[in-house]
Amino acid sequence: MPSTGNDKTAAAADSTPAATPEENADVIVRFERVTKQFGELTVLRELDLEVTRGEKLAIIGPSGSGKSTLLRLLMTLERPTSGEIMVDGERLWHMERGGRVVDANEKHLRRMRGKVGFVFQHFNLFPHMSALRNVMEAPVRVRGMDGGAAEAHARELLDMVGLAEKADSHPSKLSGGQQQRVAIARALAMEPEVMCFDEVTSALDPELVGEVLTVLAELARSGNMTMLLVTHEMRFAREVSDRVAFFDKGQIAEYGSPEKIFTEPEQQRTRAFLRAVLEPR
Amino acid sequence: MWDWSYAAEILPDLFRALRVTVVATLLGIAMAMVLGLVLAIGRRSRRRVARAPAAAFVEFVRSTPLLVQLYFIFFVLPDLGLTLSPLTAGVIGLGLHYSAYTSEVYRAGIEGVPRGQWEAATALNFSARRTWTSVVLPQAVPAVVPALGNYLIAMFKDTPLLSAITVVELLNTAQELGSQTFRYVEPITIVGVLFLLLSLVSALLIRRLEARLAFNR
Repeated sequence: MPSTGNDKTAAAADSTPAATPEENADVIVRFERVTKQFGELTVLRELDLEVTRGEKLAIIGPSGSGKSTLLRLLMTLERPTSGEIMVDGERLWHMERGGRVVDANEKHLRRMRGKVGFVFQHFNLFPHMSALRNVMEAPVRVRGMDGGAAEAHARELLDMVGLAEKADSHPSKLSGGQQQRVAIARALAMEPEVMCFDEVTSALDPELVGEVLTVLAELARSGNMTMLLVTHEMRFAREVSDRVAFFDKGQIAEYGSPEKIFTEPEQQRTRAFLRAVLEPR
Repeated sequence: MWDWSYAAEILPDLFRALRVTVVATLLGIAMAMVLGLVLAIGRRSRRRVARAPAAAFVEFVRSTPLLVQLYFIFFVLPDLGLTLSPLTAGVIGLGLHYSAYTSEVYRAGIEGVPRGQWEAATALNFSARRTWTSVVLPQAVPAVVPALGNYLIAMFKDTPLLSAITVVELLNTAQELGSQTFRYVEPITIVGVLFLLLSLVSALLIRRLEARLAFNR
């Protein structure tokens, strides 16, 4: 796949998401009026959002504002109540069959899932497998990769996250920070086009947060991978992201460059939120 | 009261019968473990056509006595054109009956696998089958080995019921020997001791296996 690079086009710099109705080849993910309800509770409300290829989008906001749900819908861990998510120009939750648009079947969902990777807050490593096996399992079992090649690639990835010597350790023998780095390597092994990071440092002891953020920052700098990062680490969000979306009550309350959001937010609620999380009490 | 020479005389017959009991138990538990797993997975299926029959089967089997099921398989099925040898009927009866219980055991084990594990499998684009074989069952099954072991021992202790469908197992043989000589003390006592010994040995082996599985995590 030809890389479209990490350059910020004029369109990407536009501060309103989903402003271009026509197909844009640079758009990798688009949420179109996506609503998600859990019973009576509306978690996302007619959300529109566009993410361009290679973009690093930080998603911030108070807890319960729908940030994680956004990622979970994209990973097909939850199904939207209404609206559509476009991934790489194709509908995620629907497909065409005989000229009609019908609900996506498992085959369609699996094809689309291959484009997306996910790192969980609680790592969710497979406890019965070594770190190496965790990273290798999907490439071998899902993509049918040759065992030797998969192992070599997995070792490279573990080396990249600084855990080459922990390849044979089981998750229970690793610290939270190490487990999360294995989880990052595991997701990368499937070479997704879009990576979702769902509060990946929230479950870590404070002294372990840094090692994970370092890996993420390195990824953001070096790769042309699209990254969606739900995070409470504001300084990190500001440093690595191209765009920041501030979520409040199931909607994007404010969207723009990190400089704009963190230094001169327009919305009162953005200001209130940033004041609350940034200022020492 | 206790005649050692008579005891020694009947021992070979009883050991032969013990072999039948052990074979019935091992084949029965193998069938119960496989079928129970199929039922447990069936009951978690998204498809109603898989879920409903599995649930109905489990309810039916658990609500009727093993002895009635054995009678049905051995005495009624021939009328429907299916004649089975006593041992085959016995193994099938034990296997079917206990599969209802092992399926509940597996179900508990499957429910014990955290949701995050299923989600990780989805995120890595595993197929449904691969999610079961790579992620869920390797965690669920070791966790329920002790409970499965209990059913192995329970089934072993239920094998005397097979005498009702003419399987020449341990109790049947003891009864036969007793009725020939009108001495029941030795045969029945030896049967009790053999059951006790084998149950204890099985429990020990299961505990060993359990410890080994725990170590492998």
